[in-house]
Amino acid sequence: MPEGNADIIRLNGAEKHFGAVRALGGVDFHVGSGECVGLVGHNGAGKSTLMHMVAGTLVPDSGQIGVHGGTEDNYSVSRAQQLGIRCVFQELSLCPNLSVAENTRINHASLRGFGWRRKAAGLIAAKLDEIFPGHSISASDIVGDLSIGRRQMVEVARAFTVTQDRLDLVILDEPTSSLDAHTAGQLLTFVRRFVAGGKSCILISHVLGEVLRNADRIVVMRDGKVVVADAASAFDRDRLVTAMGGAEARQKIAAQIAAAKPGASPLRVRARPAAQKDGTDLVACAGEIIGLAGLAGHGQTDLLLAIFAAASRARTGIEVTAPVALVAGDRQSDGIFPQWSIAQNIGIRSLARLRNGLLISPQREAELAAFWQEKIGIRTPDMNNNIFSLSGGNQQKALFARALGSDAQIVLMDDPMRGVDIGTKLEVYDLVREEAGRGRTFLWYTTETEELDNCDHIYVFKNGRIVANLRRDELTEEKIIQSSFGDAA
Amino acid sequence: MASVKSLLTKPWIWSFLGALLVWLATIAFTGGYGAGGMVTAALSLAVFTVIVGVGQMFVITLGPGNVDLSLPANIGLASAVAMKVMDGNDSMIVVGLLAALACGAAVGAANYLLIWALRIPPIIATLSASFIIQSIDISYGRGLQIKPPPGFADFANWQILGIPVLAILTVLFTIGAAIALQRMIYGRSVLAIGQNIRAAWLAGVNVGRIRFLTYTLSGALGGIDGALLAGYFRGANVDIGNEYLLASIAVVVIGGTSVAGGKANVPGVWGAALFLVLLLTMLNTFGVSAGVRLLLTGLIIVGVITAAGGQKALR
Amino acid sequence: MRPEMTAASLDTAARTSAERGALARARLLRGLLPALSLALVLLAIAWLNPRAISYFGFSLMLNLAIPIALATIAQMFVIAGNELDLSIGTFVGFVGCVTATWLKDAPLIGVAILLGSIGVYALLGALIHLRNLPSIVVTLGMSFVWQGLAILVLPKPGGKAPDWLLGLMAFKPPFVPFPIIAALLIGLIVHFGLMRTSYGVILRGSGGNPAALARAGWSLLKTKIVLFALAGLFGVLSGMALIGITTSADANIGNGYTLLAIAGVILGGGEFVGGRVSPIGAVIGALTLALAASPLLTFMHIPPDWQVAANGAILIIVLAARVLISRKER
Repeated sequence: MPEGNADIIRLNGAEKHFGAVRALGGVDFHVGSGECVGLVGHNGAGKSTLMHMVAGTLVPDSGQIGVHGGTEDNYSVSRAQQLGIRCVFQELSLCPNLSVAENTRINHASLRGFGWRRKAAGLIAAKLDEIFPGHSISASDIVGDLSIGRRQMVEVARAFTVTQDRLDLVILDEPTSSLDAHTAGQLLTFVRRFVAGGKSCILISHVLGEVLRNADRIVVMRDGKVVVADAASAFDRDRLVTAMGGAEARQKIAAQIAAAKPGASPLRVRARPAAQKDGTDLVACAGEIIGLAGLAGHGQTDLLLAIFAAASRARTGIEVTAPVALVAGDRQSDGIFPQWSIAQNIGIRSLARLRNGLLISPQREAELAAFWQEKIGIRTPDMNNNIFSLSGGNQQKALFARALGSDAQIVLMDDPMRGVDIGTKLEVYDLVREEAGRGRTFLWYTTETEELDNCDHIYVFKNGRIVANLRRDELTEEKIIQSSFGDAA
Repeated sequence: MASVKSLLTKPWIWSFLGALLVWLATIAFTGGYGAGGMVTAALSLAVFTVIVGVGQMFVITLGPGNVDLSLPANIGLASAVAMKVMDGNDSMIVVGLLAALACGAAVGAANYLLIWALRIPPIIATLSASFIIQSIDISYGRGLQIKPPPGFADFANWQILGIPVLAILTVLFTIGAAIALQRMIYGRSVLAIGQNIRAAWLAGVNVGRIRFLTYTLSGALGGIDGALLAGYFRGANVDIGNEYLLASIAVVVIGGTSVAGGKANVPGVWGAALFLVLLLTMLNTFGVSAGVRLLLTGLIIVGVITAAGGQKALR
Repeated sequence: MRPEMTAASLDTAARTSAERGALARARLLRGLLPALSLALVLLAIAWLNPRAISYFGFSLMLNLAIPIALATIAQMFVIAGNELDLSIGTFVGFVGCVTATWLKDAPLIGVAILLGSIGVYALLGALIHLRNLPSIVVTLGMSFVWQGLAILVLPKPGGKAPDWLLGLMAFKPPFVPFPIIAALLIGLIVHFGLMRTSYGVILRGSGGNPAALARAGWSLLKTKIVLFALAGLFGVLSGMALIGITTSADANIGNGYTLLAIAGVILGGGEFVGGRVSPIGAVIGALTLALAASPLLTFMHIPPDWQVAANGAILIIVLAARVLISRKER
């Protein structure tokens, strides 16, 4: 381990308040050169706030920041850039209307003058080749035309490109959230190489295994403070989960469902993906939890949207026999109404039932919100607060409440646990099984293999088609990977 | 004090304050002469801006890019239709009003048809439609000044104790519109679509129907407005609606409705309409030339919006 | 496991390159749509009146194309930054009035006024950014301001264009009519500036993802000021070109340009939000509108009452064709 004076960045007693909320309460944090620091904690624990300070996008209310041993009084994004500190933020920071090369130009003020386009294209292409061999992204591709996974690859690669400024530390905030297992592996391999070369990384991820396997040192945050910081070898999964607090670590869900469901329950959904040629249908009955697996972006979301659309207007190849609700995974673009309160965000799917005569009853709306606040555990002092007063995980709970509080008997879930903390996840898993026990049908697309343990039946997707159809007792990670990569008939 | 403070946070309060200020400035200039008459005249004229302003407000609330540019042409055509159907005959007043309403609603529905079928931005769709409507109006009205029935003209100018009856009716209508906006499925759906159209669809809002209804509503209000204008000014003509393109947009925005969509404000439409009408009265009272009047009107609109500030960006 | 993985990645690569090929074709066709629209209008004219397709015919038909193209480019800069300028028409009128009076009688003062008005545009950009104002309303207000100023400068139609401007606009190059050369030049210069230079990327990025741009250390205030100043500059050029053609001015001369310019940008493949604009497309859109507006209608013997309607119909038909083509591609 390098000694203390080789610190790339050191924060002492960093504090930050947003209005009355204390986001960070006196945090000490440092990153040495040649180390990968894993940063874990539930949503709202203060990880993002801390990283914004390291990247210079937020100024602490009090506390000091030192970089490369010197104290920084006017620390900012451009100063961080000069000092070799970069950040890949959780929300994508690419311009969708520009090409991959042009997006690279935005981060390098020195890419200008004659021939800048060629330079920018060469720079990003080389870095993509290095991190994601076989990536098939061209520097002239318009970012808006790329899938979300490829955009994340571009974003990550861009952070590692070097022109004039030095590069010592890259912050990766949930860098694998939209990547499939293969590209995520490529990225993490590269990170280890990068660190072995004497540079540093901060790795934030909800996938605890990723952090355990790749970090040298792990820092655990809870409620705006650092609770534990220790060598990665000193942690295992259970110790991490305990340190993060909240829900207790639980073992895998007991196999209680296996026997329960006879095939006699009424059919809820029968759907065939548009690209399916062999006549395989996805079938879901009342009370079933159906998993949609496979690599990200292989037609799972498309099928869910087709089923959703078929509920209001008949479509060929899709049969839906009950009202449908959808829980979005991409909260900002598919779920949240930013101007509205939590209660209004929950009530929108159930307006017809909230009416008293012609008018919507504010009282019934409040009752619905209060019921679900209690049931699903939305942490807020007042359901009339704006939806954005909630942390990301609690916003997701509000979206679950919207769907579960409605009259829908079929609930479609579009990878809703993306970037959600483990405490929230465990609470929602319980709720989903409970609701299924009452006869609701769930169609659950997920990119996290562990979540498929909750399902009765799993369909594996590839290239827009169903390539495997597994019962729960046949389910293994190997099998899913095999079907996702193997040749479709 | 607390209630004053909470009042000041309402976005519509500024438009009323502005109207009050302009009114005070004018009567200060005239030495108090004609203060009451000015309010009566302002109410009578503001009515027409408010009616189309409410329609425009619902359209603008549907989100970025949604705006009804066909209102002036629509008003012009509907006024001609109403006057021709009434044909100077008091017994045909109701039929004429219904015809204007239907004509306006048809224009609105046609607007949405263009937006939906051709998937073109509403600005361009309503603009193209307005060209066509304008031609229909020219060839239908033949540029003639058609007189309203005497009963209808009297009704449009009827006052009780200095308060125009049309203004009272319009107040009732706007109260209804405010309730529809906040407490009915329709209004909630409009607000949801304006904030995030995709999220609204995924939350079960019937996006197509709500947008259709909104454009039709805006068209229908334009139609009614045209008929009332023809009654008030005792005659229909092609240019009768011209000033309502800019006015309808201006009152919506000065009134505190967000141009980004999803946030609407009905009382503000009234405040802003009174403000604009009183502003013109003031400049006329001061006796300034046409150029100066336009210049000042423009500067005041820019000044008001600058003072009121933009909407706070949520994230 | 290993060999399967390799096969899988090869397969993925093959699939994605095919997918990208389709996307590239779609984008190419989308890019060609404005040109196709123009070709369509030209074909219609050629079919109705073959004699119009000549040096003289084009000079006449495209008479007003230069000011329309310049105004469209001005609007395009504003749209590139996710704003909309509803005052460009009256601004062109104001510039026209100044050109026909001050610029001829007292050139120094005239130039100062025009530079000052570009400065006003830049200030508006700053104001809109700093106070987070809706540009639609600010420019709506400004449309009154410019109109008022125009009336104050030139209360009655009249004035006269400076001789050098008249000379320039009457320029008759060999073989290719001046409006075509000028449109080509305008399109290419703006295309180079906005699409190929390194700062042009920043300007377009400010429409695509402003937050990301700010995070990378760029000033959004500066990009907005630059975009609005460019709009002002091209508005000034448009007004001057217009007076160079009409020789005298009128306070209302540019009023129709606001909507014409917006329509031109959209016809040219631009979008209202997201920084997706195309300078060459915008110029082609402007030419299409200039041709469709009057020459085509005159050749079709449309009565004056219905000429406005025919304009609207042409706009609708072109856009409908665009939808049809892009739907087929998907």
